[in-house]
Amino acid sequence: MNWGSFYAVISGVNRHSTGIGRVWLSVIFVFRILVLVVAAESVWGDEKSGFTCNTQQPGCESVCYDQYFPISHIRLWALQLILVSTPALLVAMHVAHRRHIDKKILKRTGRASPKELEHIKNQKFQITGALWWTYMISIVFRIVLEVAFLYIFYLIYPDFKMVRLVKCDSFPCPNTVDCFVSRPTEKTIFTVFMLAVSGVCVLLNLAEVAYLIGRACKRCSRGSEEESQVAWISRGLSSYRQNEINQLIADHPLKSKFTVTKKSPSEKVERCSAF
Amino acid sequence: MSWPLLYAQLFAVNRHSTSLGKVWLSVLFIFRVMVLVVAAESVWGDEQSDFTCNTLQPGCENVCYDQFFPVSHIRLWCLQLVFVSTPTLLVAMHVAYRNHSDKKRLLQGSGRSGFLSNKSQEEELETLKTRRLPIAGALWWTYACSLVFRLLFEGGFMYALYVVYDGFQMPRLVQCDQWPCPNMVDCFISRPTEKTVFTVFMATASSICIVLNMAELAYLVAKAVTRGFRSQRKRTSCSRTSREKLQNKTNQKLLVLN
Repeated sequence: MNWGSFYAVISGVNRHSTGIGRVWLSVIFVFRILVLVVAAESVWGDEKSGFTCNTQQPGCESVCYDQYFPISHIRLWALQLILVSTPALLVAMHVAHRRHIDKKILKRTGRASPKELEHIKNQKFQITGALWWTYMISIVFRIVLEVAFLYIFYLIYPDFKMVRLVKCDSFPCPNTVDCFVSRPTEKTIFTVFMLAVSGVCVLLNLAEVAYLIGRACKRCSRGSEEESQVAWISRGLSSYRQNEINQLIADHPLKSKFTVTKKSPSEKVERCSAF
Repeated sequence: MSWPLLYAQLFAVNRHSTSLGKVWLSVLFIFRVMVLVVAAESVWGDEQSDFTCNTLQPGCENVCYDQFFPVSHIRLWCLQLVFVSTPTLLVAMHVAYRNHSDKKRLLQGSGRSGFLSNKSQEEELETLKTRRLPIAGALWWTYACSLVFRLLFEGGFMYALYVVYDGFQMPRLVQCDQWPCPNMVDCFISRPTEKTVFTVFMATASSICIVLNMAELAYLVAKAVTRGFRSQRKRTSCSRTSREKLQNKTNQKLLVLN
């Protein structure tokens, strides 16, 4: 299991993302995971072996290293990337659930031909209704996790700059001892780079939230303009199922069998597609 | 350790799992295997080379390391993940056995009834291979047993880790007086804070998996109980099957649209 297979899993969700979502995914993989694997891991590779203290007291270096680097930058970034990419799987699970229900409906209405099932497998869902909410929640989680990790980073390493020298006097160091960090400038450069890209990802996520909300509002206002009497129905499970069946019938080529005629406003089942 | 191979094996069984089972598989691979491979192995990489004792006595460091780390965290977690993933193969074996016996029955049936077109037979065999078996009957018992084993292994390994390392926290300093160390000697562990962070993370992920497995077991039991009630009601009233009822409901809904 490595970043390659992780990428394969996450990019499977890409089909149902917005344009901004796809940009975010590319930024994550090109500017963060690739940089982490190719560059940052070799810079931090000798972080412990290259950490030298001006003492011969056994154990002093270990203790001082542990005091100043409770958790390595590399591990923090790896955890951050794993946790930030995971909410996308919420969307994947929702899409899989929708496909499963569509398949069940098809089978029960006796139209489970291989062509129909293939169509369902490759169907691209619109980000409307319950999927819109799942997508929004996944983006909110992403933002929260990114900001949380940035804050944790700030707590542990208040100065984003890596110092050359740290002074340490924990037991068993005899007195205050000078300890030298390996490759501080290179580490500073990569730290600033990774934090900047993390900030860009947060901005992309915020833009995506704004875009989704804007799209939903536009759809709502367009919907109320086109039909003067829109029947708002509750978001009960039965109405969801009814809409699924309607959508299937409207999409299906055998439209002649089930003619959808105009009904009186009270019986209409149109709904604002975002909610 | 070839984790992709294990993943491929478990993913193949995924089709016959419940939704909670699928969530469990994702949690296992993303939050445990991936974190273990990407992060934890580099933290524990230098655990013995950087274990330093305040002594020049040869052999003292080796002996003290062996006393305080009888088995490394990494190896314990690898073993835990392998053991916890294995009961799923019970389900895979049961499904394979069912498919095999159904295939045999199908081929025997077609032979006895005389000529059956090759195409329809091939179609039947293809459906056998790709169908999803409902978790009922003997398969239910196999699945429930696999869940119980998973819970036992998870709990067992968590307890073993807690007992061997006296909690989930890694100390900075341990005091050792094993022979050949001359007296009580201070030994320093490398990266104790980082190791504590990862130990707590892995213990949390393990607890989440335990909760998911218990929820799945409860769900299976509830499903079996409701199925039992439904079949009892079917037997007492001469109503149509629930499947036909659902079909009628769907038809009704479709008719309303016209």
